[in-house]
Amino acid sequence: MHTKSINVLAKGLRAGEFSSTELTQAFLARIKQHQSLNCFISVTEDLALQASKQADERIAKGDIGLLTGIPIAQKDIFCTQGVKTSCGSKMLDNFVAPYDATVVEKLNAAGAVMLGKLNMDEFAMGSSNETSYYGAVKNPWQTDSVPGGSSGGSAAAVAARLAVCATGTDTGGSIRQPAAHCGITGLKPTYGRVSRYGMIAYASSLDQGGPMARSAEDCAILLQAMAGFDEKDSTSVDLPVPDYQAGLNADLNGLKIGLPKEFFGDGLSNNVAAAIELAIKEYQKLGATVKEVSMPNLNLAIPAYYVIAPAECSANLSRFDGVRFGYRCTNPQDLTDLYTRSRGEGFGKEVKRRILMGTYALSAGYYDAYYIKAQKIRRLISDDFRKALSEVDVIMGPVTPSTAFGIGEKIGNPIEMYLSDIYTIAINLAGLPAMSIPAGFAEGKPVGLQVIGNYFAEDRLLNIAHKYQQVTDWNQQIPKGFE
Amino acid sequence: MTLTADEVKKIAYLARLGIDQHDIESYAHDLSGMLELMTQMGATNTDGVLPMAHPMDQTQRLRVDGVTESDNRSNFQAIAPQVEAGLYLVPKVIE
Repeated sequence: MHTKSINVLAKGLRAGEFSSTELTQAFLARIKQHQSLNCFISVTEDLALQASKQADERIAKGDIGLLTGIPIAQKDIFCTQGVKTSCGSKMLDNFVAPYDATVVEKLNAAGAVMLGKLNMDEFAMGSSNETSYYGAVKNPWQTDSVPGGSSGGSAAAVAARLAVCATGTDTGGSIRQPAAHCGITGLKPTYGRVSRYGMIAYASSLDQGGPMARSAEDCAILLQAMAGFDEKDSTSVDLPVPDYQAGLNADLNGLKIGLPKEFFGDGLSNNVAAAIELAIKEYQKLGATVKEVSMPNLNLAIPAYYVIAPAECSANLSRFDGVRFGYRCTNPQDLTDLYTRSRGEGFGKEVKRRILMGTYALSAGYYDAYYIKAQKIRRLISDDFRKALSEVDVIMGPVTPSTAFGIGEKIGNPIEMYLSDIYTIAINLAGLPAMSIPAGFAEGKPVGLQVIGNYFAEDRLLNIAHKYQQVTDWNQQIPKGFE
Repeated sequence: MTLTADEVKKIAYLARLGIDQHDIESYAHDLSGMLELMTQMGATNTDGVLPMAHPMDQTQRLRVDGVTESDNRSNFQAIAPQVEAGLYLVPKVIE
């Protein structure tokens, strides 16, 4: 049962071949069996069995939503009422959310059964899942490698078939990069497409939640349940949500693919480049044409991101002060001591690094030189994409410069770690939607193809990914030991 | 651009962020590395470019100035480190 798609499982549930309770029990057993991957921060077994029982009752009555009875898992960045929501941090290790995130509310309403909360880099700051207070997640393809981050638990859990699908969030690549490293399909929607309400904020002008699953079809179903305007998120965009499954099979004949030369330059490993080239040839066989495009300001994406994201993070994370919720130090001497020690003891090193960077960039005398300059660069990068996407339908390239690196390999060198997000970060700055699609292997580890579309073209991206997944079987590969 | 240990301490104070004495040098080193990366931005002329805060240049949406939330105080305070009589307790601020 654990290898089947959402649609196949939904059909089985409707036909009475198995119950949601049986399905949920099967996944809970797999989670236990593969605990050593460290994908979950909390497994909510009792709640899952309760939800699956309710789903079975709904199914018996013929009241069936998009995901009724389907076991999914939530990244531990989404607030879940009555369930610990840690965001991968000691700061929130004792935090039981008093309300549900909109995404959680919507998925519950669609009938999904939550198995638990997934491990992640602390406050979504990291590219390897190693900054988590709960320890690194292992990549099921090669357990001494990282799964990527920050949605590393989500990607590893889906790859190891410990959940049918999972939620993720993407601020600089946190859905796409782990999806690429774990050989699953991930979609970062257009900024504003999925509500950020109850999704613990890192960098508010970049954060976006999205689906992570084994196929584009499953992503379409999950996104359908997640997307939509939300009054409670002031940056949510009020546009109707299309039927994401309706256009999955549309013909790709005449599709214009742009290949930015900056995505294929120095720094891209040969074996990743080779897999991407083969994937693009596959698209040409499906009727697509290819054109070179240029992103002259791409090299400025990382510097601009590491001003904007830390600046926003330093403001957002000021709410963690040891007063109203979360970690509080023992025996504070005065109010400043309470703040300083609670934050100092509650946050890990990478989070502190980014708070310091952001505080510096926003401090008197530096604001224009860093923050405003970075926001101007952001517009230049966004304009590069607009220009390219006026000439082609989508942009393709690698998700990552190399396959998954080893656990411990880059954690001591933050700058090197940041540079591994070179192909994903610019897309967040522009606010565009982009996917990571399994596109082969290099030295036994998955390679992800990135497809970047125009604003709100999630349906087109899903269609492009789905057609590729009809003629290739990369997304159906299962890591050894997890069959 | 290089940050000194004293500058790191000052920034940490502005952020009310406790950092271990023995980590200060490594933060100074890492932050200097990040600032070095950022100097690349300086070479690009951005005169006349409007800073971009929202990808669709959407402005903040306004809502009716009315009550939309119900009283959740006891729920919210149930997860607070220290409360008394409906108030959050902190060390004495005024002597």
